[in-house]
Amino acid sequence: MVNETRFAPWDDPEARPLIQFRGVTKRFGDFTAIDDLTLDIYPREFFALLGPSGCGKTTMMRMLAGFEEPTAGEILLDGRDIAHVPPNRRPVNMMFQSYALFPHLSVWDNIAFGLRRESRDKAAIEARVEEMLRLTRLTKFARRKPHQISGGQRQRVALARSLAKAPKLLLLDEPLGALDRKLREETQFELMDIQEKTGTTFVIVTHDQEEAMTVASRVAVMDEGRIVQVATPEVIYEAPNSVYVADFIGDVNLLRGTARARPAETAPEDQPQETQQAAPDAMPEQVPATKPGDRRYQPNALGMRLHNTLARVFGAWIEDEPKRLPAPEPAAAPKPKAAPAPAPAPDIPPGGIEIDWAQGQPAVIAANGEPALDGKPVVLALRPEKVSIAKDRPVAPNVLGGKVIDIGYLGNISTYHVQLSDGSMVKAQATNTRRIARRDITWEDEVWISFSATAGVVLAE
Amino acid sequence: MRRFSWFNATSLTLGFAFLYLPMIILVVYSFNDSRLVTVWAGFSTKWYGELVRNEEFLDAAWVTVRVAFFSSCLATVLGTMAAYVLVRAGRFRGRTLFSGMIYAPLVMPEVITGLSLLLLFIGIGLDRGVFTVVLAHTTFAMCYVSVVVSSRLTTFDTALEEAALDLGASQFDSFRLVTLPIIAPAVISGWLLAFTLSLDDLVIASFTTGPGATTLPIKVFSAVRLGVSPEINALSTIMIGIVTVGVIIASLISKRAAVAQARDEQAAPRTT
Ligand SMILES: Nc1ncnc2c1ncn2[C@@H]1O[C@H](COP(=O)(O)OP(=O)(O)OP(=O)(O)O)[C@@H](O)[C@H]1O
Ligand SMILES: [Mg+2]
Repeated sequence: MVNETRFAPWDDPEARPLIQFRGVTKRFGDFTAIDDLTLDIYPREFFALLGPSGCGKTTMMRMLAGFEEPTAGEILLDGRDIAHVPPNRRPVNMMFQSYALFPHLSVWDNIAFGLRRESRDKAAIEARVEEMLRLTRLTKFARRKPHQISGGQRQRVALARSLAKAPKLLLLDEPLGALDRKLREETQFELMDIQEKTGTTFVIVTHDQEEAMTVASRVAVMDEGRIVQVATPEVIYEAPNSVYVADFIGDVNLLRGTARARPAETAPEDQPQETQQAAPDAMPEQVPATKPGDRRYQPNALGMRLHNTLARVFGAWIEDEPKRLPAPEPAAAPKPKAAPAPAPAPDIPPGGIEIDWAQGQPAVIAANGEPALDGKPVVLALRPEKVSIAKDRPVAPNVLGGKVIDIGYLGNISTYHVQLSDGSMVKAQATNTRRIARRDITWEDEVWISFSATAGVVLAE
Repeated sequence: MRRFSWFNATSLTLGFAFLYLPMIILVVYSFNDSRLVTVWAGFSTKWYGELVRNEEFLDAAWVTVRVAFFSSCLATVLGTMAAYVLVRAGRFRGRTLFSGMIYAPLVMPEVITGLSLLLLFIGIGLDRGVFTVVLAHTTFAMCYVSVVVSSRLTTFDTALEEAALDLGASQFDSFRLVTLPIIAPAVISGWLLAFTLSLDDLVIASFTTGPGATTLPIKVFSAVRLGVSPEINALSTIMIGIVTVGVIIASLISKRAAVAQARDEQAAPRTT
């Protein structure tokens, strides 16, 4: 049964898939377009197929619609093998990439075409067509021919035509490819709305991964006739199972290196050490935390520097709080390791792996890495928005120094291309809010990029 | 710089004179009052009147129209079917051979076509008459129809047929309701072509005709052997008129079809 709070039939062992691909292979001559593909799609899903050009998405759709027969394997619809059912006997409708509207028929007749084939009575057809016209906001254009309406309207006619028969399964082959961004977004929401209202199962092919992320309940990433990963958009984005998927979906930094298992229990000793080394970079004069006259709470020089560093990292947070700088006893001074302890020190979960990614650079900690990867070459996939950038060395599990080479200003966010000391480039993103923008970072600036111990995904090469 | 030099004007006049002077003379003399074809004796339409009263010519005209109508309809159906199969069947063994065989009769000498049909009809013991002429004309006209229709079908977007099937139409319905209306202009052009070809065919008709099935071209040809009469001129003028009207209609149809096709192709965002 479908979970009431969350739609996830794929996690439910009792759910019955609407479509099952079982070891389906499709060859054209000696070229294999679909390679031993096994996949379940559930009722009411909005399933997106994503992949580079020529990976076999259209071929999959055409097999579902009945225009191609699998060379091997079987396709089940509702538990029934449909491999040899002709297209006009399948409860499946396809919205063609080229719309394939009948040019000699009016919008109205285009939509009514499928209904008339079922030889329903005239009144029922009329009612259904009118309903479809209302749904797609085309009532005004019902009498026009396809060449007399705009591209977006044509696209909606194609959609209305394929929806009219209320198919169990609707296939959309790059349905929004020809639309401008605004109309595309509008239509995406319209599609989701229609899906919600009609309960139809959608399979959508798209080149636009943002589109897949927006509309889909699950996304399948394909490569050369195989499915590389099938998961919800969040999982595909946050936990790709391979470098291919990570690289295909969205922007990603790939740090290649060798894994080294970390001790599972004890926190690492070297982290505060780094923090201490970072201290000389700080600029103490900017911190208003201490009042010159207040003798009782005067920290020593080291503690002050540490505090200043932290204040920069957690600046906004600290300023809103009453200043509660821990006053270290003079005796504490020789024990610098104790100093940052009461402050929000980098919280590194134990376990996971460290990745040696460049000589002379500190290893990158990935607490979510599989310790079994010890000694193996791995790739850390790190989304730019999970990498923060600062002029002063922050306290974080992973801190790397570099130089800003390029800045991509995208309005709401900026992407900084930072060259690390070994020459590799890392992208970091920052939201352009006023408060953070008070410290401008520009080209050629020496900066620090940082990320948490679980920000990236460790993938075997 | 003059775009229209004397040289150009002269060659144009000469060319058109070469093409149309014989016909103009024929048309002019059909209105001649004299019985002598080559002597002008004033304007008259009396030969048209004579023609209408001439039973033999009227019979022949009726035979010709019937033959042309039935053979062009048959040729259109068969030619369209052949074109559809050749364009749609995709690659099958011997496809090139088949399309070659469709086009071969276009270049085959009519005498040979006529003779071989005659031999066939004798061989299977078919009595020669209107029916055999219809069959013979269908045979060669269908090649022309198939050429015209297949050139239209090659640019026809198969996605439209797939869409029809997808919406639950049968193969036949998708052809009848989608393909045929869209390629209709080409089919009609093919029909007109077949009709005019049949109308003026002499060679094949004379091989395959029998008693009581004298077509107009045969009648004219045999009449001319006894001497050209102004009546023949009048008849020919009428035929020129009919063919001219047919050609104009055909070109108008194909022009409008080309415009419509360009428009529809523009309407499709892109084809996969
Ligand atoms: N009828 C065919 N004959 C031979 N090869 C074909 C045929 N149809 C598709 N292919 C091949 O199969 C592969 C997959 O094609 P398909 O159309 O499914 O790609 P796609 O994923 O839809 O690509 P795109 O995103 O560019 O539309 C391609 O390499 C293509 O060349
Ligand atoms: Mg495709």
